[in-house]
Amino acid sequence: MKYLSNTASLEFFPGRCTGCGRCIEVCPHGVFALENKKAVILDKDQCMECGACVGNCAFGALKVDKGVGCAAAVINSIIIGGEPSCGCSGNNKKGDCC
Amino acid sequence: MAKLKFIKPDLQEATAACCGPTESTLQASDEASCKTCLPDREDYRPAWITGTIMTADGAIPVISTELTRSDYWEHVKCRTSAFRNNYIVNPGLYAVGAPGKNSYVLVSANYKLSFDALRKALKGLNVWVLVLDTKGINVWCAAGKGTFGTNELIRLISITKLDRLVDHRKIIVPQLGAPGISAHEVKKASGFKVCYGPVLAENIGAYIAAGYEATKEMRTVMFPLIDRLILTPMEINPAMKKYYPWYALMILAVFGLQPGGIVFKDALVGGLPFILLGLVSVLAGALVTPALLPFIPFRSFAVKGWITGILCVFLSAKFIAMIGHLNTVLLFFSYLFFPLASSYVALQFTGATTFTGMSGVKKELKISIPLYILGALVSLVLLLVYKLSEWRIL
Repeated sequence: MKYLSNTASLEFFPGRCTGCGRCIEVCPHGVFALENKKAVILDKDQCMECGACVGNCAFGALKVDKGVGCAAAVINSIIIGGEPSCGCSGNNKKGDCC
Repeated sequence: MAKLKFIKPDLQEATAACCGPTESTLQASDEASCKTCLPDREDYRPAWITGTIMTADGAIPVISTELTRSDYWEHVKCRTSAFRNNYIVNPGLYAVGAPGKNSYVLVSANYKLSFDALRKALKGLNVWVLVLDTKGINVWCAAGKGTFGTNELIRLISITKLDRLVDHRKIIVPQLGAPGISAHEVKKASGFKVCYGPVLAENIGAYIAAGYEATKEMRTVMFPLIDRLILTPMEINPAMKKYYPWYALMILAVFGLQPGGIVFKDALVGGLPFILLGLVSVLAGALVTPALLPFIPFRSFAVKGWITGILCVFLSAKFIAMIGHLNTVLLFFSYLFFPLASSYVALQFTGATTFTGMSGVKKELKISIPLYILGALVSLVLLLVYKLSEWRIL
Protein backbone atom coordinates (compact mmCIF):
# COMPACT_ATOMS: atom_id res chain seq x y z
CA MET A 1 0.00 0.00 0.00
CA LYS A 2 1.21 3.48 -0.84
CA TYR A 3 0.11 6.88 0.38
CA LEU A 4 -0.14 10.11 -1.66
CA SER A 5 2.54 10.50 -4.31
CA ASN A 6 5.08 13.35 -4.43
CA THR A 7 4.45 14.48 -0.87
CA ALA A 8 7.28 12.89 1.15
CA SER A 9 9.84 15.46 2.26
CA LEU A 10 12.78 13.02 2.13
CA GLU A 11 16.01 14.48 0.73
CA PHE A 12 19.24 12.63 -0.01
CA PHE A 13 22.71 14.14 -0.42
CA PRO A 14 24.77 11.47 -2.24
CA GLY A 15 28.00 13.42 -1.73
CA ARG A 16 27.90 12.69 2.00
CA CYS A 17 26.89 9.02 1.70
CA THR A 18 29.54 6.48 2.64
CA GLY A 19 27.45 3.46 1.68
CA CYS A 20 27.33 2.10 5.25
CA GLY A 21 23.85 0.72 4.65
CA ARG A 22 22.27 1.86 7.93
CA CYS A 23 19.36 3.52 6.08
CA ILE A 24 18.59 0.25 4.32
CA GLU A 25 18.66 -1.54 7.67
CA VAL A 26 16.26 0.82 9.47
CA CYS A 27 13.76 1.79 6.74
CA PRO A 28 10.52 -0.14 7.30
CA HIS A 29 9.37 0.38 3.71
CA GLY A 30 12.42 -0.55 1.67
CA VAL A 31 12.87 2.99 0.34
CA PHE A 32 16.65 2.58 -0.07
CA ALA A 33 19.04 0.23 -1.81
CA LEU A 34 22.79 0.12 -2.24
CA GLU A 35 24.18 0.72 -5.73
CA ASN A 36 27.89 1.15 -6.48
CA LYS A 37 28.67 1.49 -2.76
CA LYS A 38 26.21 4.35 -2.31
CA ALA A 39 22.62 4.48 -1.13
CA VAL A 40 19.92 5.25 -3.69
CA ILE A 41 16.26 6.07 -3.20
CA LEU A 42 14.22 3.35 -4.88
CA ASP A 43 10.75 4.74 -4.29
CA LYS A 44 10.23 8.01 -2.44
CA ASP A 45 6.45 7.56 -2.38
CA GLN A 46 6.95 4.68 0.04
CA CYS A 47 8.52 7.03 2.60
CA MET A 48 6.34 7.66 5.68
CA GLU A 49 8.69 10.28 7.15
CA CYS A 50 9.36 8.34 10.35
CA GLY A 51 12.90 9.73 10.47
CA ALA A 52 14.63 6.42 11.24
CA CYS A 53 17.11 6.85 8.37
CA VAL A 54 17.95 10.46 9.23
CA GLY A 55 18.59 9.75 12.92
CA ASN A 56 20.80 6.79 12.11
CA CYS A 57 22.84 8.37 9.32
CA ALA A 58 26.06 9.39 11.02
CA PHE A 59 27.13 11.40 7.97
CA GLY A 60 24.17 13.76 7.55
CA ALA A 61 23.36 12.44 4.08
CA LEU A 62 19.60 12.43 4.66
CA LYS A 63 16.98 14.99 5.62
CA VAL A 64 13.27 14.63 6.26
CA ASP A 65 10.49 16.62 7.86
CA LYS A 66 9.92 13.96 10.51
CA GLY A 67 6.47 13.60 11.98
CA VAL A 68 3.43 11.47 12.65
CA GLY A 69 1.19 10.67 9.70
CA CYS A 70 -1.87 10.99 11.90
CA ALA A 71 -4.84 13.24 11.06
CA ALA A 72 -5.87 13.59 14.72
CA ALA A 73 -2.37 14.76 15.65
CA VAL A 74 -2.25 17.28 12.79
CA ILE A 75 -5.77 18.60 13.58
CA ASN A 76 -4.81 18.96 17.27
CA SER A 77 -1.69 20.87 16.32
CA ILE A 78 -3.81 23.24 14.21
CA ILE A 79 -6.24 23.80 17.10
CA ILE A 80 -3.85 24.01 20.05
CA GLY A 81 -0.67 24.95 18.20
CA GLY A 82 2.74 23.29 18.29
CA GLU A 83 4.12 20.41 16.30
CA PRO A 84 1.79 17.51 15.43
CA SER A 85 2.36 14.89 18.09
CA CYS A 86 0.41 11.83 18.91
CA GLY A 87 -1.48 12.26 22.17
CA CYS A 88 -0.55 8.75 23.23
CA SER A 89 0.77 8.76 26.73
CA GLY A 90 0.21 6.96 29.95
CA ASN A 91 -1.62 10.03 31.19
CA ASN A 92 -4.19 9.93 28.46
CA LYS A 93 -7.17 8.47 30.26
CA LYS A 94 -9.60 8.92 27.43
CA GLY A 95 -8.07 6.17 25.36
CA ASP A 96 -8.96 8.05 22.23
CA CYS A 97 -5.61 7.91 20.52
CA CYS A 98 -3.17 5.27 19.36
CA MET B 1 14.54 -25.18 32.93
CA ALA B 2 15.01 -25.73 36.67
CA LYS B 3 12.44 -24.04 38.84
CA LEU B 4 13.84 -20.77 40.03
CA LYS B 5 13.52 -19.49 43.51
CA PHE B 6 12.11 -16.02 44.01
CA ILE B 7 14.55 -14.08 46.15
CA LYS B 8 12.98 -11.41 48.27
CA PRO B 9 15.03 -8.46 47.18
CA ASP B 10 16.93 -6.27 49.49
CA LEU B 11 15.70 -2.98 48.07
CA GLN B 12 19.13 -1.48 47.87
CA GLU B 13 20.58 -4.58 46.27
CA ALA B 14 17.69 -4.91 43.85
CA THR B 15 18.03 -1.29 42.87
CA ALA B 16 21.64 -1.98 42.17
CA ALA B 17 20.79 -4.95 39.99
CA CYS B 18 17.96 -3.42 38.13
CA CYS B 19 18.84 0.16 37.96
CA GLY B 20 22.33 0.35 39.34
CA PRO B 21 23.51 2.61 42.10
CA THR B 22 22.56 6.11 41.17
CA GLU B 23 25.44 8.16 40.00
CA SER B 24 25.75 11.77 40.87
CA THR B 25 25.05 12.62 37.24
CA LEU B 26 21.66 10.93 37.32
CA GLN B 27 18.61 12.90 38.28
CA ALA B 28 16.47 12.02 41.28
CA SER B 29 13.63 11.23 38.87
CA ASP B 30 15.77 8.49 37.33
CA GLU B 31 15.77 6.69 40.65
CA ALA B 32 12.06 7.13 41.14
CA SER B 33 11.12 5.99 37.65
CA CYS B 34 13.15 2.82 37.94
CA LYS B 35 13.18 1.82 41.58
CA THR B 36 13.28 -1.89 41.04
CA CYS B 37 11.74 -4.35 38.63
CA LEU B 38 11.32 -6.80 41.47
CA PRO B 39 8.34 -6.59 43.79
CA ASP B 40 9.36 -6.44 47.42
CA ARG B 41 7.00 -9.24 48.43
CA GLU B 42 6.58 -12.66 46.89
CA ASP B 43 2.77 -12.32 46.82
CA TYR B 44 3.06 -9.10 44.75
CA ARG B 45 5.05 -10.95 42.12
CA PRO B 46 3.30 -11.00 38.72
CA ALA B 47 2.78 -14.50 37.31
CA TRP B 48 5.17 -13.79 34.43
CA ILE B 49 8.14 -13.38 36.80
CA THR B 50 9.11 -16.96 37.51
CA GLY B 51 12.10 -16.37 39.76
CA THR B 52 15.33 -14.46 40.06
CA ILE B 53 18.84 -14.91 38.84
CA MET B 54 21.80 -13.68 40.86
CA THR B 55 24.47 -11.58 39.21
CA ALA B 56 27.46 -9.74 40.65
CA ASP B 57 25.20 -6.68 40.88
CA GLY B 58 22.24 -8.38 42.53
CA ALA B 59 19.05 -10.26 41.69
CA ILE B 60 17.43 -9.94 38.28
CA PRO B 61 13.90 -11.20 37.60
CA VAL B 62 13.55 -14.17 35.26
CA ILE B 63 10.48 -13.91 33.03
CA SER B 64 8.29 -16.60 31.54
CA THR B 65 8.02 -17.02 27.77
CA GLU B 66 4.54 -18.50 28.09
CA LEU B 67 1.55 -16.18 27.96
CA THR B 68 -1.37 -17.06 30.20
CA ARG B 69 -5.07 -16.76 29.53
CA SER B 70 -5.14 -13.66 31.69
CA ASP B 71 -2.35 -12.08 29.57
CA TYR B 72 -4.42 -12.68 26.42
CA TRP B 73 -7.56 -11.28 28.05
CA GLU B 74 -5.62 -8.15 29.01
CA HIS B 75 -4.48 -7.86 25.38
CA VAL B 76 -8.11 -7.92 24.22
CA LYS B 77 -8.88 -5.12 26.70
CA CYS B 78 -5.90 -3.14 25.35
CA ARG B 79 -7.29 -3.37 21.83
CA THR B 80 -10.75 -2.22 22.81
CA SER B 81 -10.55 0.21 25.70
CA ALA B 82 -8.60 2.72 27.77
CA PHE B 83 -7.20 -0.24 29.73
CA ARG B 84 -4.09 0.08 27.56
CA ASN B 85 -3.32 3.50 29.00
CA ASN B 86 -1.89 1.98 32.14
CA TYR B 87 -0.63 -1.42 30.99
CA ILE B 88 2.99 -1.21 31.97
CA VAL B 89 5.93 -3.22 33.23
CA ASN B 90 8.72 -1.70 35.30
CA PRO B 91 11.64 -0.53 33.20
CA GLY B 92 14.91 -2.31 33.87
CA LEU B 93 16.68 -5.54 33.20
CA TYR B 94 15.05 -8.98 32.93
CA ALA B 95 16.39 -12.45 32.16
CA VAL B 96 14.98 -15.16 29.91
CA GLY B 97 16.20 -18.70 30.58
CA ALA B 98 19.66 -18.71 32.13
CA PRO B 99 21.62 -15.96 30.38
CA GLY B 100 25.31 -15.37 31.00
CA LYS B 101 28.18 -13.09 30.06
CA ASN B 102 27.92 -13.82 26.34
CA SER B 103 24.14 -13.78 25.99
CA TYR B 104 22.30 -11.46 23.65
CA VAL B 105 20.73 -8.29 25.03
CA LEU B 106 17.34 -7.34 23.58
CA VAL B 107 15.75 -3.94 24.09
CA SER B 108 12.00 -3.41 24.50
CA ALA B 109 9.38 -0.86 25.57
CA ASN B 110 7.54 -0.93 28.89
CA TYR B 111 4.09 -1.30 27.30
CA LYS B 112 3.17 -4.77 28.46
CA LEU B 113 1.60 -5.67 25.10
CA SER B 114 4.98 -5.05 23.40
CA PHE B 115 6.88 -6.75 26.23
CA ASP B 116 4.59 -9.81 25.96
CA ALA B 117 5.07 -10.01 22.18
CA LEU B 118 8.81 -10.14 22.79
CA ARG B 119 8.90 -12.63 25.68
CA LYS B 120 6.56 -14.96 23.78
CA ALA B 121 9.09 -14.96 20.93
CA LEU B 122 11.99 -15.88 23.20
CA LYS B 123 11.02 -19.49 23.94
CA GLY B 124 14.08 -21.67 24.48
CA LEU B 125 16.56 -18.78 24.38
CA ASN B 126 18.89 -17.51 27.09
CA VAL B 127 18.91 -13.73 26.73
CA TRP B 128 18.77 -10.47 28.66
CA VAL B 129 15.87 -8.08 28.07
CA LEU B 130 16.41 -4.39 28.70
CA VAL B 131 13.09 -2.56 29.11
CA LEU B 132 13.15 1.20 28.50
CA ASP B 133 10.73 3.58 30.19
CA THR B 134 8.48 4.53 27.28
CA LYS B 135 5.60 5.60 29.57
CA GLY B 136 3.60 2.52 28.64
CA ILE B 137 3.71 3.20 24.89
CA ASN B 138 4.65 0.65 22.22
CA VAL B 139 8.07 0.72 20.56
CA TRP B 140 7.12 2.40 17.26
CA CYS B 141 4.88 5.15 18.70
CA ALA B 142 7.34 5.78 21.54
CA ALA B 143 10.21 6.00 19.03
CA GLY B 144 8.20 8.60 17.08
CA LYS B 145 7.74 10.61 20.27
CA GLY B 146 11.37 10.10 21.31
CA THR B 147 10.64 8.30 24.60
CA PHE B 148 12.04 5.12 23.09
CA GLY B 149 15.11 7.16 22.37
CA THR B 150 18.87 7.54 22.37
CA ASN B 151 19.02 9.18 25.81
CA GLU B 152 16.72 6.65 27.46
CA LEU B 153 18.72 3.76 25.99
CA ILE B 154 22.03 5.24 27.15
CA ARG B 155 20.49 5.87 30.60
CA LEU B 156 19.31 2.27 30.99
CA ILE B 157 22.62 0.83 29.75
CA SER B 158 24.35 2.94 32.35
CA ILE B 159 22.10 2.29 35.37
CA THR B 160 21.81 -1.45 34.75
CA LYS B 161 25.62 -1.64 34.48
CA LEU B 162 25.24 -3.59 31.27
CA ASP B 163 28.95 -3.32 30.56
CA ARG B 164 29.61 -5.41 33.70
CA LEU B 165 26.84 -7.88 33.01
CA VAL B 166 27.98 -8.96 29.55
CA ASP B 167 31.40 -9.36 27.96
CA HIS B 168 30.33 -8.36 24.44
CA ARG B 169 29.27 -4.88 23.28
CA LYS B 170 26.20 -5.45 21.11
CA ILE B 171 22.54 -4.78 21.82
CA ILE B 172 19.58 -5.77 19.69
CA VAL B 173 17.09 -2.91 19.30
CA PRO B 174 13.79 -3.52 17.49
CA GLN B 175 13.92 -1.99 14.02
CA LEU B 176 10.78 0.04 14.69
CA GLY B 177 12.65 1.71 17.55
CA ALA B 178 15.03 3.26 15.00
CA PRO B 179 13.08 6.56 14.58
CA GLY B 180 13.98 7.37 18.19
CA ILE B 181 17.53 6.03 18.26
CA SER B 182 20.78 7.27 16.78
CA ALA B 183 22.90 4.13 16.76
CA HIS B 184 26.16 6.04 16.34
CA GLU B 185 25.38 8.25 19.35
CA VAL B 186 24.55 5.23 21.51
CA LYS B 187 27.87 3.69 20.50
CA LYS B 188 29.75 6.88 21.29
CA ALA B 189 28.14 7.32 24.71
CA SER B 190 27.92 3.73 25.93
CA GLY B 191 30.30 1.67 23.82
CA PHE B 192 27.46 -0.62 22.76
CA LYS B 193 26.85 -1.23 19.09
CA VAL B 194 23.16 -1.09 18.17
CA CYS B 195 22.07 -3.96 15.94
CA TYR B 196 18.59 -3.43 14.59
CA GLY B 197 16.49 -6.56 14.94
CA PRO B 198 13.51 -7.50 12.80
CA VAL B 199 10.22 -5.53 12.66
CA LEU B 200 8.28 -8.36 14.31
CA ALA B 201 9.34 -9.94 17.60
CA GLU B 202 8.29 -13.33 16.23
CA ASN B 203 11.27 -13.24 13.84
CA ILE B 204 13.82 -12.65 16.58
CA GLY B 205 14.77 -16.34 16.75
CA ALA B 206 15.51 -16.44 13.02
CA TYR B 207 17.44 -13.16 13.28
CA ILE B 208 19.62 -14.50 16.11
CA ALA B 209 20.12 -17.84 14.35
CA ALA B 210 21.29 -15.99 11.23
CA GLY B 211 23.86 -14.06 13.29
CA TYR B 212 22.25 -10.63 13.60
CA GLU B 213 20.94 -10.80 10.01
CA ALA B 214 17.38 -9.98 8.98
CA THR B 215 15.92 -10.70 5.57
CA LYS B 216 14.27 -7.92 3.53
CA GLU B 217 10.87 -9.38 4.46
CA MET B 218 11.74 -9.17 8.18
CA ARG B 219 12.72 -5.52 7.68
CA THR B 220 9.52 -4.48 5.90
CA VAL B 221 6.34 -3.41 7.66
CA MET B 222 3.19 -4.90 6.21
CA PHE B 223 -0.41 -4.02 7.00
CA PRO B 224 -2.49 -7.15 6.43
CA LEU B 225 -6.25 -7.43 6.96
CA ILE B 226 -5.93 -8.92 10.44
CA ASP B 227 -3.71 -6.04 11.62
CA ARG B 228 -6.13 -3.51 10.17
CA LEU B 229 -9.13 -5.19 11.81
CA ILE B 230 -7.44 -5.39 15.23
CA LEU B 231 -7.13 -1.60 15.16
CA THR B 232 -10.75 -0.85 14.23
CA PRO B 233 -12.35 -1.09 17.71
CA MET B 234 -10.22 1.85 18.81
CA GLU B 235 -11.39 3.77 15.73
CA ILE B 236 -15.09 3.02 16.30
CA ASN B 237 -14.92 3.59 20.06
CA PRO B 238 -13.84 7.26 20.10
CA ALA B 239 -16.07 8.15 17.13
CA MET B 240 -19.07 6.68 18.95
CA LYS B 241 -18.15 8.34 22.24
CA LYS B 242 -16.99 11.73 20.99
CA TYR B 243 -19.32 12.61 18.15
CA TYR B 244 -22.24 10.22 17.99
CA PRO B 245 -24.17 11.16 21.19
CA TRP B 246 -24.15 14.85 20.18
CA TYR B 247 -25.22 14.01 16.67
CA ALA B 248 -28.05 11.75 17.91
CA LEU B 249 -29.26 14.45 20.31
CA MET B 250 -29.25 17.03 17.54
CA ILE B 251 -31.20 14.78 15.19
CA LEU B 252 -33.80 14.00 17.88
CA ALA B 253 -34.13 17.72 18.62
CA VAL B 254 -34.52 18.61 14.92
CA PHE B 255 -37.23 16.03 14.34
CA GLY B 256 -38.94 16.39 17.71
CA LEU B 257 -39.14 20.16 17.69
CA GLN B 258 -42.63 21.32 16.75
CA PRO B 259 -44.32 24.71 17.12
CA GLY B 260 -46.08 23.31 20.20
CA GLY B 261 -42.89 21.98 21.85
CA ILE B 262 -40.86 18.74 21.69
CA VAL B 263 -42.90 15.81 20.36
CA PHE B 264 -41.19 12.51 21.30
CA LYS B 265 -43.07 10.44 18.72
CA ASP B 266 -41.90 12.74 15.90
CA ALA B 267 -38.38 12.75 17.32
CA LEU B 268 -38.19 8.96 17.24
CA VAL B 269 -40.09 8.19 14.03
CA GLY B 270 -38.52 11.04 12.03
CA GLY B 271 -35.09 10.80 13.61
CA LEU B 272 -34.51 7.06 13.70
CA PRO B 273 -33.47 6.62 10.02
CA PHE B 274 -30.90 9.41 10.47
CA ILE B 275 -29.60 8.03 13.75
CA LEU B 276 -29.10 4.74 11.91
CA LEU B 277 -27.47 6.48 8.93
CA GLY B 278 -25.10 8.18 11.39
CA LEU B 279 -24.12 4.77 12.72
CA VAL B 280 -23.68 3.49 9.17
CA SER B 281 -21.35 6.38 8.31
CA VAL B 282 -19.20 5.77 11.43
CA LEU B 283 -18.92 2.08 10.54
CA ALA B 284 -18.22 2.92 6.88
CA GLY B 285 -15.30 5.12 7.91
CA ALA B 286 -13.95 3.24 10.92
CA LEU B 287 -14.56 -0.39 9.96
CA VAL B 288 -15.35 -0.88 6.24
CA THR B 289 -12.68 1.55 4.97
CA PRO B 290 -9.84 0.04 7.07
CA ALA B 291 -10.93 -3.50 6.21
CA LEU B 292 -11.09 -2.85 2.46
CA LEU B 293 -8.25 -0.29 2.44
CA PRO B 294 -6.15 -1.69 -0.44
CA PHE B 295 -9.20 -2.34 -2.62
CA ILE B 296 -10.86 1.09 -2.41
CA PRO B 297 -9.68 3.31 -5.28
CA PHE B 298 -7.48 6.40 -4.74
CA ARG B 299 -4.73 6.86 -2.15
CA SER B 300 -6.34 9.65 -0.16
CA PHE B 301 -8.03 8.38 3.01
CA ALA B 302 -10.59 11.18 2.82
CA VAL B 303 -11.59 10.03 -0.68
CA LYS B 304 -11.58 6.36 0.31
CA GLY B 305 -13.85 7.14 3.27
CA TRP B 306 -16.17 9.23 1.10
CA ILE B 307 -16.51 6.44 -1.48
CA THR B 308 -17.26 3.83 1.20
CA GLY B 309 -19.62 6.29 2.88
CA ILE B 310 -21.65 7.07 -0.23
CA LEU B 311 -21.98 3.36 -1.10
CA CYS B 312 -23.10 2.50 2.42
CA VAL B 313 -25.54 5.43 2.53
CA PHE B 314 -26.92 4.43 -0.88
CA LEU B 315 -27.59 0.87 0.31
CA SER B 316 -29.01 2.05 3.62
CA ALA B 317 -31.25 4.65 1.94
CA LYS B 318 -32.60 1.88 -0.33
CA PHE B 319 -33.40 -0.12 2.77
CA ILE B 320 -35.01 2.86 4.51
CA ALA B 321 -37.04 3.63 1.36
CA MET B 322 -38.52 0.13 1.61
CA ILE B 323 -39.96 0.87 5.03
CA GLY B 324 -40.82 4.53 4.62
CA HIS B 325 -40.47 7.63 2.54
CA LEU B 326 -37.53 9.99 2.55
CA ASN B 327 -38.29 13.59 1.80
CA THR B 328 -36.24 15.04 -1.13
CA VAL B 329 -34.52 17.66 1.02
CA LEU B 330 -33.60 15.00 3.58
CA LEU B 331 -32.32 12.75 0.80
CA PHE B 332 -30.02 15.58 -0.32
CA PHE B 333 -28.94 16.04 3.28
CA SER B 334 -28.22 12.30 3.60
CA TYR B 335 -26.07 12.10 0.46
CA LEU B 336 -24.16 15.23 1.45
CA PHE B 337 -23.63 14.78 5.18
CA PHE B 338 -23.07 11.06 5.77
CA PRO B 339 -20.37 10.38 3.14
CA LEU B 340 -18.49 13.43 4.48
CA ALA B 341 -18.81 12.07 8.04
CA SER B 342 -17.51 8.71 6.85
CA SER B 343 -14.66 10.48 5.05
CA TYR B 344 -13.68 12.37 8.23
CA VAL B 345 -13.75 9.20 10.33
CA ALA B 346 -11.69 7.31 7.70
CA LEU B 347 -9.12 10.11 7.71
CA GLN B 348 -8.55 9.44 11.43
CA PHE B 349 -7.34 5.94 10.50
CA THR B 350 -4.16 7.50 9.08
CA GLY B 351 -2.90 7.54 12.68
CA ALA B 352 -3.20 3.77 12.92
CA THR B 353 -1.68 2.82 9.58
CA THR B 354 1.89 1.76 8.98
CA PHE B 355 2.53 3.84 5.86
CA THR B 356 1.06 7.36 6.01
CA GLY B 357 3.42 10.33 6.36
CA MET B 358 2.81 13.73 7.92
CA SER B 359 3.26 15.74 4.72
CA GLY B 360 0.59 13.64 3.00
CA VAL B 361 -1.82 13.98 5.91
CA LYS B 362 -1.30 17.76 5.97
CA LYS B 363 -2.00 17.91 2.23
CA GLU B 364 -5.23 15.91 2.67
CA LEU B 365 -6.39 18.06 5.55
CA LYS B 366 -5.68 21.29 3.70
CA ILE B 367 -8.19 20.29 1.04
CA SER B 368 -10.66 18.30 3.10
CA ILE B 369 -11.19 20.44 6.23
CA PRO B 370 -12.70 23.40 4.30
CA LEU B 371 -14.92 20.91 2.45
CA TYR B 372 -16.05 19.32 5.74
CA ILE B 373 -16.91 22.73 7.19
CA LEU B 374 -18.75 23.77 4.03
CA GLY B 375 -20.57 20.42 3.90
CA ALA B 376 -21.62 20.69 7.56
CA LEU B 377 -22.94 24.23 7.01
CA VAL B 378 -24.92 23.27 3.88
CA SER B 379 -26.25 20.22 5.77
CA LEU B 380 -27.50 22.47 8.55
CA VAL B 381 -29.17 24.75 5.99
CA LEU B 382 -30.86 21.71 4.40
CA LEU B 383 -32.19 20.59 7.81
CA LEU B 384 -33.45 24.13 8.40
CA VAL B 385 -35.15 24.17 4.98
CA TYR B 386 -36.79 20.83 5.77
CA LYS B 387 -37.98 22.10 9.15
CA LEU B 388 -39.36 25.35 7.77
CA SER B 389 -41.17 23.56 4.94
CA GLU B 390 -42.57 21.08 7.47
CA TRP B 391 -43.93 24.01 9.43
CA ARG B 392 -45.20 25.45 6.12
CA ILE B 393 -43.19 28.62 6.58
CA LEU B 394 -41.38 28.04 3.27
